[in-house]
Amino acid sequence: MKVKSLDELKKIREESLEKVNLREKGDVKGDKVEILVGMSTCGISSGARETLTEFIEEIDKSKINNIKVVPVGCIGYCHSEPTVQVNIPGQKPILYGNVKKDKVHEIFEKHLQNGEVVENMVLDIDFERA
Amino acid sequence: MSKTRTNIMVCGGTGCLASDSEKVAKNLELIIKARGYEEEAKVIQTGCFGFCEQGPIVKIEPDNVFYVRVGPKDAKDIVDEHIVKGRKVERLLYKEPHHNKKIGKQEDMEFYKKQLRIALRNCGLINPEDIYEYIALGGYEALGKALTQMSRDEVVKEVKESGLRGRGGGGFPTGVKWEITKSQESEVKFIICNADEGDPGAFMDRSILEGDPHSVIEAMAIGGYAIGADKGIVYIRAEYPLAISRLKTAIKQSRELGLLGKNIFDSDFSFDIDIKFGAGAFVCGEETALINSCEGKRGEPDFKPPFPAQEGYWGHPTNVNNVETFANIPPIITKGSEWFSSIGTEKSKGTKVFALAGKINNVGLVEVPMGTTLREIIFDIGGGIQGGKKFKAVQTGGPSGGVITEEYLDTPIDYDSLLSIGSMMGSGGMIVMDETDNMVNIAKFYLEFTMDEACGKCAAGRIGTKRLYEILNKITSGKATMADLDALKQLSYMVKGSSLCGLCQTAPNPIISTMKHFWDEYLAFIKDVDHSQGEGEYDGAKNKDNLMLKA
Ligand SMILES: Cc1cc2nc3c(=O)[nH]c(=O)nc-3n(C[C@H](O)[C@H](O)[C@H](O)COP(=O)(O)O)c2cc1C
Repeated sequence: MKVKSLDELKKIREESLEKVNLREKGDVKGDKVEILVGMSTCGISSGARETLTEFIEEIDKSKINNIKVVPVGCIGYCHSEPTVQVNIPGQKPILYGNVKKDKVHEIFEKHLQNGEVVENMVLDIDFERA
Repeated sequence: MSKTRTNIMVCGGTGCLASDSEKVAKNLELIIKARGYEEEAKVIQTGCFGFCEQGPIVKIEPDNVFYVRVGPKDAKDIVDEHIVKGRKVERLLYKEPHHNKKIGKQEDMEFYKKQLRIALRNCGLINPEDIYEYIALGGYEALGKALTQMSRDEVVKEVKESGLRGRGGGGFPTGVKWEITKSQESEVKFIICNADEGDPGAFMDRSILEGDPHSVIEAMAIGGYAIGADKGIVYIRAEYPLAISRLKTAIKQSRELGLLGKNIFDSDFSFDIDIKFGAGAFVCGEETALINSCEGKRGEPDFKPPFPAQEGYWGHPTNVNNVETFANIPPIITKGSEWFSSIGTEKSKGTKVFALAGKINNVGLVEVPMGTTLREIIFDIGGGIQGGKKFKAVQTGGPSGGVITEEYLDTPIDYDSLLSIGSMMGSGGMIVMDETDNMVNIAKFYLEFTMDEACGKCAAGRIGTKRLYEILNKITSGKATMADLDALKQLSYMVKGSSLCGLCQTAPNPIISTMKHFWDEYLAFIKDVDHSQGEGEYDGAKNKDNLMLKA
């Protein structure tokens, strides 16, 4: 399908908005949970791919079906790769740093299953987006 | 509203609501009423402040005081102390985690940060392989707006008025470049995206292409429309395989939606993009060498003029812009030049992405408004020097730039201020050195790089960089005399003045700036100076070379 006008583009935007609404604000309803994994060269070379796979396996094992894992670009926190952001509706997105494969289980169990933020791994999001 | 002096903003975001902000608001209202202040103070429920972990948040305007973790019981104190008596309620102020300092004003909180992300706006937020996520955040609206509501001149004018300057290093005004290319009489024109990114230690362009490739594609189409080109080329180093694969995916997806291809947005504008691979030579980032490389020739620069805008790819007018430059274009078109030019300094608008590397705690990418000081970048955002060591210098502009010392750390950085302190913006590499780094070795490191990367076309560059490197090597191995320092300095200026392209014209900069700021460290290596290595004063009277060097 081709986009033929600005209105058509805006319609696609409306339809797609749901995909990303959760990310910026956390201020949405529903029960869809997202795990964003930074998958740029730097993240991947620090083990982001293994981290992502591990999350998928944890989700499979737990049989929870409202969690989506999304590969995204990098936010520039090379000092703390791999980075993972957990977005739960109604809550501020939480960014974790240095999430190697072996840290996945803890985040999954504490944060995603029991709603407890794993404080010692949290990173500040220290920028605004235009 | 007329009498209202104070607005009490209570966060009504989901997070704060969940922690009782509604009750806080209700209590505030009740107490205000009880004290008879309902005319003067108004309670307003707002959207999320984005600081949910400290919620509920209450902000008092116009005082701009920010209270955190406010419970329903705190309402009384806020009204009695702040509203009635005009005193801040200390215990409810936000405490900065590091220094335990209490902070009242929103701008002062480290959380409301110094970073503003325009070029990196979507990086880490969207799936770069899903065009719909880009569209969901307003993607391709700038292209739609340009094609359906703006003339080509209006697009050029908007970019010109935004004050955007090239992020690839030169800092040439982008709108002016577009205007020049547009004004060329030619049936065929090209727009090229320079994704060579040869500056060692810089990776902002890679990050943009990996995290948000559509922003570059959209901008190239806008640029193509503005200058009258129906063909774009991304010149990218083959060493960036992930960026290449995401770019390819993105191009394919935009073709599927007709955002590239024939008659985009049903206009008479058609545009498509090709990818050309470079082998990763620094000189191929220079625009004329880049164009030669695209044509399948040796990656060597040509004399300018003619500029690519006049005679570029296969002799046709060609507009070359950097990745980050392009990434700024869509927000400029959608939000307007006025918004963009409100950010930054008088002559450098917008933001700049820097790649922080070296002896700094938070190695990584930052994007800050122009005019931010080096100190803010290195110490506040970058977290200071590793291992608690002392800061010595920072190199900006990569191998083409120079070192900046402590005394200049409070310079608000932009293109012009960096030049005035002997360095340059370059593409945004920022390498931090601590007290243990030897500056002569730093200069040698850069010269080794430029010597290897010099293409060999001009003698000054080919032979000059080699001789410079040899002298530096002689110095660091302790065999040099004062005469060598003199030769080093003279040759530096010679290479600078007589090389063909920017690569070797700037290659001596690391030497010149380290000699200027760290003369002692050069002397420490010299065998005919009368002091032991690394300390002592240089006695000028003993050595006649000194007079020449000072000159
Ligand atoms: C030696 C040398 C290397 C360069 N490398 C790059 C590079 O890697 N990326 C880039 O965008 N510009 C590079 N440039 C600058 C380009 O020649 C050109 O000015 C730039 O791509 C124009 O885009 P802009 O106006 O958007 O900055 C380099 C210049 C020189 C002299």
